[in-house]
Amino acid sequence: MNEFCDITLTVNGERVSERVEARKSLVDFLREDLTLTGSHVGCEHGVCGACTVRVNGEIVRGCLMLAVQCDGASVETIEGVSDSGEITDLQNAFQTRNALQCGFCTPGMLLTAQDLLSSGHAPSRDEIREHISGNYCRCTGYHAIVDAVEAVAQARKGSRK
Amino acid sequence: MKPAPFGYAKARSIEDAVALLAQHGEQAKLLAGGQSLIATLNMRLSAPRLLIDINGISGLSGIALKNGHVEIGAITRHVEIERSDVIARHAPLIAMAMPHIGHPAIRNRGTIGGSIAFADPAAELPGCLLALGGSVEIAGPKGRRTVQADDFFKGLYETALSPHEILTLIRVPAAASMSRYGFAELARRHGDYAVAGLAASAHADGSGLKDIRLAFFGVDLTPLRAKGAEAALAAGDVEKAVATLASDLDPPDDVQETGPVKKHLAGVLLRRVAAQLSRTRA
Amino acid sequence: MKIVADVPSPLTALDRPNSYIGRAVPRPNLARLTQGRAQYVSDVVLPRMAHVAFLRSPYAHARIVKLDKSKAETAKGVVAVVTGAEMCKVITPWVGVLSHLKGIKSAPQYAIAVDRACWQGEAVCAVVARTRAEAEDACELIDIEYEELTPVTDPETALDPDTPVIHPELGDNLTFERTLDAGEVDKAFNESDAVVEATFIFGRHTGVTNEPRAIVADWNPGEQRLTVYQGTQAPHMMMNLFAKHLGLEEHQVRVITKDVGGSFGIKVHTYADEMATVALSKLLKRPIKFVADRIESFVTDIHARDHRVRGKIGVKKDGTITAFEIDDLTGIGPYSVYPRTSGIEANQVVNLTGGPYKCPNYRARARVVFQNKNVMCQYRAVGHPIATGVTEGLVDLAAAKIGMDPAELRRKNLYPDDAYPATAASGIKFEKLSHHASLDKILAMMDYKALCAERDAKRLGGVYRGIGFASFIEVTNPSAAFYGVGGARISSQDGATVRLDATGAIFIHSGVTEQGQGAEAVLAQCVASAFGVPIDRVRVVTGDTDNVPYGGGTWASRAAGIGGEAAWQAGKALRQNVLTAAASILQAQPDGLDIVNGVVVDKGTTRERISLDEVARICYFRPDTLPPGFQAELMATRHYVPRAWPFAFTNGIQASYLEVDIDTGFVTLLKHWCVEDCGTVINPQLVDEQIRGGIVQGLGGALFEHCLYDERGQMLNGNMADYLVPMAVEMPDMEIGHVVTPTADSELGAKGAGEAGTAGAPAAVMNAINDALRPLGAKPMTEMPFTPGRVLRALGRV
Repeated sequence: MNEFCDITLTVNGERVSERVEARKSLVDFLREDLTLTGSHVGCEHGVCGACTVRVNGEIVRGCLMLAVQCDGASVETIEGVSDSGEITDLQNAFQTRNALQCGFCTPGMLLTAQDLLSSGHAPSRDEIREHISGNYCRCTGYHAIVDAVEAVAQARKGSRK
Repeated sequence: MKPAPFGYAKARSIEDAVALLAQHGEQAKLLAGGQSLIATLNMRLSAPRLLIDINGISGLSGIALKNGHVEIGAITRHVEIERSDVIARHAPLIAMAMPHIGHPAIRNRGTIGGSIAFADPAAELPGCLLALGGSVEIAGPKGRRTVQADDFFKGLYETALSPHEILTLIRVPAAASMSRYGFAELARRHGDYAVAGLAASAHADGSGLKDIRLAFFGVDLTPLRAKGAEAALAAGDVEKAVATLASDLDPPDDVQETGPVKKHLAGVLLRRVAAQLSRTRA
Repeated sequence: MKIVADVPSPLTALDRPNSYIGRAVPRPNLARLTQGRAQYVSDVVLPRMAHVAFLRSPYAHARIVKLDKSKAETAKGVVAVVTGAEMCKVITPWVGVLSHLKGIKSAPQYAIAVDRACWQGEAVCAVVARTRAEAEDACELIDIEYEELTPVTDPETALDPDTPVIHPELGDNLTFERTLDAGEVDKAFNESDAVVEATFIFGRHTGVTNEPRAIVADWNPGEQRLTVYQGTQAPHMMMNLFAKHLGLEEHQVRVITKDVGGSFGIKVHTYADEMATVALSKLLKRPIKFVADRIESFVTDIHARDHRVRGKIGVKKDGTITAFEIDDLTGIGPYSVYPRTSGIEANQVVNLTGGPYKCPNYRARARVVFQNKNVMCQYRAVGHPIATGVTEGLVDLAAAKIGMDPAELRRKNLYPDDAYPATAASGIKFEKLSHHASLDKILAMMDYKALCAERDAKRLGGVYRGIGFASFIEVTNPSAAFYGVGGARISSQDGATVRLDATGAIFIHSGVTEQGQGAEAVLAQCVASAFGVPIDRVRVVTGDTDNVPYGGGTWASRAAGIGGEAAWQAGKALRQNVLTAAASILQAQPDGLDIVNGVVVDKGTTRERISLDEVARICYFRPDTLPPGFQAELMATRHYVPRAWPFAFTNGIQASYLEVDIDTGFVTLLKHWCVEDCGTVINPQLVDEQIRGGIVQGLGGALFEHCLYDERGQMLNGNMADYLVPMAVEMPDMEIGHVVTPTADSELGAKGAGEAGTAGAPAAVMNAINDALRPLGAKPMTEMPFTPGRVLRALGRV
């Protein structure tokens, strides 16, 4: 019975090889084994979205995937997505509009917003609310977050013309 | 919470998965999307000794139109179904249900097979399967078998699947020009499990409907058909159909709402879905 | 204290050149939060650190008959397994009472239950292991036997003679009772043209902070010092309590609070499992980490707002309110929470009911009773949603009874804007409020007449929309009257130390703390303005008891009004010190100089005389060039506490516009407005966002959130799927407006604003739903949350 597995994966562009317990979640692996603490644990049952990371380009709940399932995968966390500059406009908009207060939901919220905007079209406020409907924020009440995402969507659309 | 320790095996084929299940029986659980399973393990509601990862098995995923049916591989992700043209054109009832399932991150991993096999009583896809009169393909130690939707959902989280078997394919009749569909769900928050939901299919019959299948979900331990209401609706009497729900359904109370409230909501959904069924499809 | 100009000048002290007061400056700490580079307590890792998991009672009330830890002790990775009895040798129990709540009583609470568990979820044993997973594995190996006892789970019968008394030594299950009788209530009711009664029920709910409670305790026997990383709102309070209960001196304890993933009052209390964690570190001589997982959070984070209030209002035909009367019953847990007590919420309900209205006749009784459910204590807007819900609910029912528009009835009875200072019937003192100006403003923002017309037109089409108001007052900037007078070592004063560093930047050390509301930004704005530097040259240090002035932390909306004022005064004092040093360097007069944009200038001009870093260079590195006998002091500390008023009351009004689907009972929130008067607004964006966040927390309690218990004291919905917190789709856009009535009790004139949104939102929604359903003859809804089932039953559809 393999309770420990060797995995090799890419995390934020870096090749990583580790031995992990089969039961270790992806988000715990990132936070503990790789000390990438930017992804957060809020519920461990997939509801709050604080653990949202990207696996092979798609956003997932880091608490509902096992690290062992990511053998051979490409994982991106907020640290990588931030350092690459991919979401600088979103981060700036969040800051100027105070679309975050305690910041705990913010990495998950940013990745989810980026997921929405990378489709290319400028979503309505209702569409924004729908896309972030799986990301719990207790501080902002969501209004400023919708404002920030809407502003970035408009700006990106404008700069594409 | 952290799960109790378990081992992990990646199945290379359906036969491999079946063999592992035969070896470990109820001590093993199949890992598909994991969106329900891992949450359960995290809460230690279940403590299997082995997870059998079936995500890598080729041939278990994909959407195809075949012989008047839409066939969906069991580990097809919700997001693929959501984006599929084949589903949109040939299984529109499923397309109507998809936006109600969880949230984008959940849909990127969750699978249709997982949803059907887990059979949460308030889940959308089991309701759709029942409404479409579809069937599932199962692989087990004794080979393959097909189970009809009407025979699949047995009890709370209990299906016709035995601990030694694996769901491989979901099959639903493809939409014909006479096909009519209706879907309505009430949930406290977008993406939540339904407080009450109704998936329905029928065929236009002159100015009326026939072959009506009304599959309610979120109102009992399994999705279930309201057969009395189906008959009344076939006779063209919506109000009688709503009234008949009183005997078709006996919803237990749950943490969200009481039985009487769910029964009332079922009636409201029926009126809304009846209106959808009577409209010609675009 | 009035606003004082420090030199004769047409400008007030707030009109500093390049002042940041009143500007929406982005918060300096946001960049790291958006980059995933924050440091929450749950991120902290220390050498030799071990993790603790707790075995928790599955029963609401049970004697621990047998506990055999032998199998657990030898499990993989386990460091120690510690029982309640063993904990007693390291940490003393506590009792949550304060002397100013007359008659309040409670029993000693232990870090780990010793021989009896009193609520489902109470810790009965601790397992320390190398990893959290291993600790949980070992918990399952503990052999424990319980004898179930009868749980007390109904507040209505908690005081009946047949009901078991949870703590027999206390005599009964009554924690606290308060009564108040002002004016002539019975006469007033007799003289009323209409009397309306209703019973309001508020569902018990809880904070659900995104980051669960987390603590890392590090006892270093080499230093004989305890360092605790904790997401607490009140580090000095916790420092005092850790020292007290572990037998240490306060100076042996250091509490560090960096980033906190949400608090809202949840993290201002003393928790048994956190005290146990600290004690374990002392016992085991190594760092111990505890992070509550979500499942245990639901049964251990304080709950709040479990109240049943019978309310009565009298009114005359002309709309004059004649009297208010309430009888409030609230069921807490088996212990009054320490050290702030679980009597405060009920006390607030008595203090605040009827508050916005000039009505001298008011009678109240509030009783707090013990139950075998999770503990209950202060949570954002303590007691305000209850008091406002009852008051505004009664006001609307009275308006409906006499056929008067609800805005009109309010206009008739709200304290006039020139009626101050005033003392309300409950004894609370108002400095100056602006109820009427706020009402005018919100009616304009909503375009009330047009909105009513839209609602009425929709009704004709069978669409039922409603408009609901909630006027409210809010307690902010508390003096010692809140806790200090009761014997609690909770500081109502606060301090700020500001320092000019060697390159001309400014450090602020403050005793208030940051949980996301922007306290750091507000402090920076105050000091940058008072001193005269660009805000990017200011660095804020909070949340470290070794390195900040002794303070109170952040609660009761005090950070801006009290912490900000101390920072403002310290900034002014440092400016004076720096100008004295600059003057001695320049051979000029200090009062002919000023600091603007980081440079010393001739006062009232832009003529630069010397840069700050040059002043610093000389003072720090070339003091030999300064005049003999002159010592530069490039650091200043000031403290502040409100003295003229026990609390700085603020006021506001909210409105909700919503639609009720009368077939399904589902409520759709269309829009929400709030006008808030919190005095001087230091950062309008932060205030507005606090109000928005607070409103949504209130909306959660009104429509979604409810801790459900069965009669055996089992919490039925303690997970994120079944306990419904507000998510983005169901929440409305919210428009915020302001009226500004500064307090004269400080130079800045800032009152607090953090809890206003939560105070009024539930009442506004309740009144809007009843407005929507009134034409259908529905029974008024007064029980929260307003679930679809409740709406359908009110309509008689089920």
